[in-house]
Amino acid sequence: MKLTSAVIPAVVAFIFAYGWYKKVDIFEEFLAGALENIKVSFDILPALIILMTCIGMLTSSGSVSLLTGLLAPAADVLGFPPECLPLTLLRPLSGSGALAMYESIITDCSPDSFAGRVASVIMGSTETTFYTVAVYYGAAKVKNIRHTLVCAVAADITGFIISCAAVRLFL
Amino acid sequence: MIFAFLTSSIIDLNNEILSAPEKAVGLSFKLLGSMAFWGGVLRVAEKSGLVAKIAQIFRPLLKRLFVGVDENGEAFGAIVMNITANLMGLGNAATPLGIKAICELSKEQSSKGTATRSMVAFVVINTASIQLIPTTVATLRASHGSMAPMEILPACLVSAACALTVGLTLVFLLDRLFVGKGRGL
Repeated sequence: MKLTSAVIPAVVAFIFAYGWYKKVDIFEEFLAGALENIKVSFDILPALIILMTCIGMLTSSGSVSLLTGLLAPAADVLGFPPECLPLTLLRPLSGSGALAMYESIITDCSPDSFAGRVASVIMGSTETTFYTVAVYYGAAKVKNIRHTLVCAVAADITGFIISCAAVRLFL
Repeated sequence: MIFAFLTSSIIDLNNEILSAPEKAVGLSFKLLGSMAFWGGVLRVAEKSGLVAKIAQIFRPLLKRLFVGVDENGEAFGAIVMNITANLMGLGNAATPLGIKAICELSKEQSSKGTATRSMVAFVVINTASIQLIPTTVATLRASHGSMAPMEILPACLVSAACALTVGLTLVFLLDRLFVGKGRGL
């Protein structure tokens, strides 16, 4: 896929060219933005350490394969890779947890394998649903969230199923 | 723990506890460089007004989705900027804008603790957020030796678009089922 490899260079070149045209101090702004994200990386590190250890413990104790085994028949019907099942359960709950789980999937299977691709598409097309709902409604002091969760979870499940179908169709 | 004892995989468990924290640091360092790079690039896009310009493109579409929200109000402005920031992968900027958007929406529609249809729609959009360049995933794929780290892009966009369509359709369909103050707003 030559075309998708051109997306990042084109976007970066365009953003810098536009910044130059608008007389933005590109170097200074770049440094400020980069520093901000480096701080974020360190902010999430403690959570990543505890979550990755927990996921490692659950995986090596065999609990995850037990759970996967239980869900496998349903996944089988849809042609969904069983390796990605734990990711679908964790993805709506924890961003760092899902990231850790994703890394372990593409370490075990290759990123270009079917399971690795499905996991990549899931990570690239879904969000930390429950966290988002909690942060936004918490901020607006909303107690009755009505049909928010039903719609959000339905969207997530659609995303998981379509991720798998899209990998079969496009890749 | 108990499960590990029963399945006699306690040695694996022990090794996992000893090695997992190091793996976490490794993962975070793997991402550090590209996170910093995109933070820098997107900050240039923000400061040059490019993000605001892209936001203008989405205004007409969002106006039809958030019927009844004052299109010149603070709430609508924050909604447009939050969705654009999400689309461009500006996670750090998107969350404060989103919080502002939902608080302003709540005020404008005097929700009094009950989510209005517009608020539900806004939160659902944020939980099924479409990202134009999945930078984190592409970085990790590249570092794990993928032949084409970005080949997943079309599949990601289709999947996210389907998820969003289902989510938003349900927001409007189920609005009548959940009786309460927020109906139809």
